[in-house]
Amino acid sequence: MLEVKNIFCERDERILFSEFSFTLNEGEVLQIEGQNGSGKTTLLRILCHLTEAFEGNIFWHGQNVEHSREVFYHALLYVGHLSGVKGVLTAKENLIWMSQLDTALDRISITGALKKVGLFGYEDVPCHTLSAGQQRRVGLARLYLSSAPLWILDEPFTALDKKGVAEKETLIAQHVQAGGCVILTTHHNLNIPGTDVRKINLDECLTT
Amino acid sequence: MSFFLAALRRDLLLTFRRRNDIINPLAFFLMVGVLFPLGVSPEASLLAQLAPGVVWVAALLASLLSVDGIFRSDFDDGSLEHMLVSPRSLLLLVLAKVTTHWLISGFCLALVSPVLALMLFLPNEGFAPLVFSLLLGTPTLSLIGAIGAALTVGLRKGGILISLLVLPLYIPVLIFGASSVQAGSIGLPIQGYLALLAAMLVLSIVLAPFAIVAALKISVRS
Amino acid sequence: MKIKFPKWFYQLASPRWFYDITSKLLPWFAIAALLLMVIGSVWGLAFAPADYQQGNSFRIIYIHVPTAILAQSCYMLMAIAGGIGLIWKIKVAHVIAKSCAPIGASMAVLALVTGAIWGKPTWGAWWVWDARLTSMLVLFFLYIGVIALTSAFEHIASGDKAAAVLALVGIVNIPIIKYSVEWWNTLHQGATFKVTEKPAMPSEMWIPLLIMIIGFYCFFAVLLMSRARTEVLRRESKTDWVKLLVERY
Repeated sequence: MLEVKNIFCERDERILFSEFSFTLNEGEVLQIEGQNGSGKTTLLRILCHLTEAFEGNIFWHGQNVEHSREVFYHALLYVGHLSGVKGVLTAKENLIWMSQLDTALDRISITGALKKVGLFGYEDVPCHTLSAGQQRRVGLARLYLSSAPLWILDEPFTALDKKGVAEKETLIAQHVQAGGCVILTTHHNLNIPGTDVRKINLDECLTT
Repeated sequence: MSFFLAALRRDLLLTFRRRNDIINPLAFFLMVGVLFPLGVSPEASLLAQLAPGVVWVAALLASLLSVDGIFRSDFDDGSLEHMLVSPRSLLLLVLAKVTTHWLISGFCLALVSPVLALMLFLPNEGFAPLVFSLLLGTPTLSLIGAIGAALTVGLRKGGILISLLVLPLYIPVLIFGASSVQAGSIGLPIQGYLALLAAMLVLSIVLAPFAIVAALKISVRS
Repeated sequence: MKIKFPKWFYQLASPRWFYDITSKLLPWFAIAALLLMVIGSVWGLAFAPADYQQGNSFRIIYIHVPTAILAQSCYMLMAIAGGIGLIWKIKVAHVIAKSCAPIGASMAVLALVTGAIWGKPTWGAWWVWDARLTSMLVLFFLYIGVIALTSAFEHIASGDKAAAVLALVGIVNIPIIKYSVEWWNTLHQGATFKVTEKPAMPSEMWIPLLIMIIGFYCFFAVLLMSRARTEVLRRESKTDWVKLLVERY
């Protein structure tokens, strides 16, 4: 589904990736590992075309993303470092806006999704009154709503408790079984039922 | 179109939840206007002569002051990244943001401007030209200002830089806006000036959104 | 929608090729600039007839006019180079655009200062809100904006692109600004008389001026190439060809 070819990226006069390639097929989970500063976030941003400071090509279903961004963005759910949650809006309003931006999000089940991330009763409270973990969960509620086949998640488990992490793992497993694929960064040891997690370690990548 | 309205609705909602954003430019506008009688002279005939320029300069500065925030919070909390990886049209999104900025700055300023004009003894004939020229001229200011805001949103010190970038580009609007009020207050026709302001508005609506989108992409992807 | 360009266009995209070709061109332009400027200034200052109205003070046009023209063409070049850099992602184009900005700003300052010096004997004041001077001042502000924006970015590539967008916005605005300022000037026309729009200049006056203008263009090319070459070296300092070059010296 996703084919990454010969990525070269230099940041602050340091080469992060050189001739870096991989392919991701349906039903696969790819975990990007590496020390801080090894370029995990940069890699995810390259995949989403959120940075232009790289060379190389990315293909989605055989089509170069450069020339068919709209198709690619239809198929993509990106959860970044920053949640994009507005403090002055309520959880529900935030998700409604996100569903307007991201056409693959299901608007009707927003209340249900908020219940599933444990924010029942907080739907209509301005988000700045919520804790950091709760705000994070508002953003993650998108995982319950999205029908996009490709998920790119940057440290999705930060500020989550054990129960929350386990739930997200089940969710990822369901997504993968339905034919989707996931790329994520995390320090956490993933335990996704029924799926082998592929790993790419960026530290090793550089030395070879 | 429905997406434009949705984006407009969200931006307006965000603004109304932070009421200061509406009041600050207006208060600033009035304060700058008040500085002139204090700094120059309270004499009515002199102020009447200065009034068109003073009100226009004050409006221009008030619009400039608030334009810095147009993308700032969306950049800081990651909303801008979501917007960039969305299949939706960024042009519409940007137009919605500029429209919101105009509604809280230019539009409100035009409505309040007669108060300042009154305090500066602008002749009665000048009031209508003042309001009309502000209504036609300030959207151009918002569009041009948004280019500067988009270029500087990723920088820590955006504040002064944005004025350096944007102020020279504001000059034609200021010239034609203030001249229309001057002409109007001595009973000359003002249609020509308003037509020029309208022409500049059309040009900037057509071109500025592309520059804003390009600038936003540069800022986010840097 | 890919447009095919001749081969030299893509070669120009290579910083190394640019460096090599400019090292061949640079001395020629330097010689031409020196010759033309010496001839032009000697002719203009010593041999051209004095103006019947302004006497000898008019002779400052031999510096004022070339710098004013250069300040404007330099902005054009900067915007065009920036646009080429944005669209075809050519590094050298961004280097040229970046090198243009300080040169253009200095030319604008020279034009303003010579204008002020010229203004003193003609208008009796150092500064007059003349349309041309005001436009030049605004042009100077536009340069300041581009320079400030370029240097505000930590990543060179982003600064280049941002400056290019700003320069392109500026180039669309410059005619509008010029028109509005001229129009504003006629509206508030005082007792000033237009010095620059005089009946046809005698050829003994304008030939040296033309020589000076061409000389200044050559001088500009020299400045631009030197700045761009330094910038190319700085940006390519990690590449093999620059390392080789350094070892040789």
